[in-house]
Amino acid sequence: MNKLRTGAFHTGMILLSLLWLGPVLWVVVMSTRSFDDIAAHGVGSLPRSFTLDTYRQAWTDGGELRALINSMLVTVPSVALSLGLAAMAAFALSRFRIPGRRTILLLMLAGNLLPPQILLIPVAKFSELTGLYDTLWALIAVQVGFGLGFYTFVLHGFMRDLPGEIQEAATIDGAGTAQIFTRVMLPLTRPALAALGALSFTWIFNDLLWAITVLRTDDNMPVTPALLALQGQFVSSWNVIAAGTVIAAVPTVAVFLRFQRHFVSGLALGAVK
Amino acid sequence: MTATISTTSVIPTRRRRRSARLSPLLVAFVLVPFTVESIWVFWPALQGFWFSLTRWDGMSPPTFVGTDNYVELAGDATFRGALVNTVIWLVLFGGLSVLGGFGMALVLQKERRWVGFYRAALFTPVVFSLVVTALVWRVFYQPDGIADTLLRAVGLEHLIRPWLADPQTALYAVILPALWRQIGYVMVLFLAGLKAIDPALHEAARMDGANAWQRLRHVTIPQLKGVNAVVLSVIVIDSLRSFDIVWSLTKGGPYHSSELLSTYMYSTAFQSLRLGYASAIAVVIFVLALAVILGYLVRAFREEA
Repeated sequence: MNKLRTGAFHTGMILLSLLWLGPVLWVVVMSTRSFDDIAAHGVGSLPRSFTLDTYRQAWTDGGELRALINSMLVTVPSVALSLGLAAMAAFALSRFRIPGRRTILLLMLAGNLLPPQILLIPVAKFSELTGLYDTLWALIAVQVGFGLGFYTFVLHGFMRDLPGEIQEAATIDGAGTAQIFTRVMLPLTRPALAALGALSFTWIFNDLLWAITVLRTDDNMPVTPALLALQGQFVSSWNVIAAGTVIAAVPTVAVFLRFQRHFVSGLALGAVK
Repeated sequence: MTATISTTSVIPTRRRRRSARLSPLLVAFVLVPFTVESIWVFWPALQGFWFSLTRWDGMSPPTFVGTDNYVELAGDATFRGALVNTVIWLVLFGGLSVLGGFGMALVLQKERRWVGFYRAALFTPVVFSLVVTALVWRVFYQPDGIADTLLRAVGLEHLIRPWLADPQTALYAVILPALWRQIGYVMVLFLAGLKAIDPALHEAARMDGANAWQRLRHVTIPQLKGVNAVVLSVIVIDSLRSFDIVWSLTKGGPYHSSELLSTYMYSTAFQSLRLGYASAIAVVIFVLALAVILGYLVRAFREEA
């Protein structure tokens, strides 16, 4: 009876896993099929050819290389800046009796909970006004501004729970506020920073809406909107589109695999707080 | 911790004296991030409300028209369709991802052989962007794609249709990939919540003769109250924000059959260039999200207290 139940559990879960991984594997396999093969047998058939030329086409002709560079140029500074600023705010708000600190914290969190739609038009207009429109700077700025509230809230919760004695000891040893922040608090906050870093990397890297709101030129597009453009460019070349999809997915998958534990604990961190 | 916090909020005069001693560095630590968020979030949000009271094409300056945009919204059939679709989206996408995610978390909560692999499999799509998810599923829905091949294999070829191009099926064909990606995410949230439940509670209930269903109903679910609240907020906010997956699969078409408020707002703003009208749609989205946002903030407020 017990064996039967275990068997049923594994059969069911293997089928479910297949349902989740199957479509992904299908796309990976499709990215290595030749155009003639797909044209002759359809996207639903098993592969009868093998080529990697699709990746070259997506990479150079499709502009994925340029797009990946843009993505990194936006994502890396955005993650660093927003976590840095959020850590500063969280440190001051959690470790010092700043008047109105609770209101400030919740106001910042509220900003992150807003539906982005209410911000799209004003942000687009404001970036035009400042001459940032259609530059990666605009995208970095809005990603930092919009993400800050949530990161501050989570880091605040984390820093608040660190023991006060550590800070007192550092103060007695003559450390100033800046030193306490960089030498004591930041190292202690590393687990939370790693978790948020992994999460925010995928969020910013995967973003579509902000990119198509503040950018116009194809050459400036990060990889997510570029993938949509690729689809228009290679209308029926499903193998090239599939290769482009794989390329666009690789960086976040890599970050996930590298920071797996942090990533999952980051999601949980947001949930429990 | 609580003691130190409560002393500060008693007498305003003491507070003022304290704030006088704040170092300029600390003020900067708060002010710089707050200013950045003000420039890119708070100020634009206020402008958004103002724009919703104007007629504006983006070139000439906006003209104030009062509530005209809202009056027009009330009679706009496309808007009403998008509103209904957003509600359907909320119920189906939200409801099913909570049920699916919770179910999967229950099934996979116990550490046993292969469980790590199953969890990872369900979680994999979460790291993909919604555009990647959309392209993966486009292959599935393509004429002669996987969906059609599967239906043919089991002899149901009469059901075959252009899934994304048929107004009858487009919305549901878009919800399915969104669910596929969301279930793993919700599962992780519930797994974290389940892990935090004291096993002694289950043990005690079992001693008292509670069966599996009773333990779920009277121990697990009440213990998950905190996680439930978060999941609910996340789901509602995510549903109202949903844009990428619809935009990459159908752009709200055909004939607005898969239009959500978010996609209608975007195309009204940046394709029809009716910025005032689009702002009014954005305000409606905000109002719909407001209850959830407030609930979330109240919870956060209590926790900080």
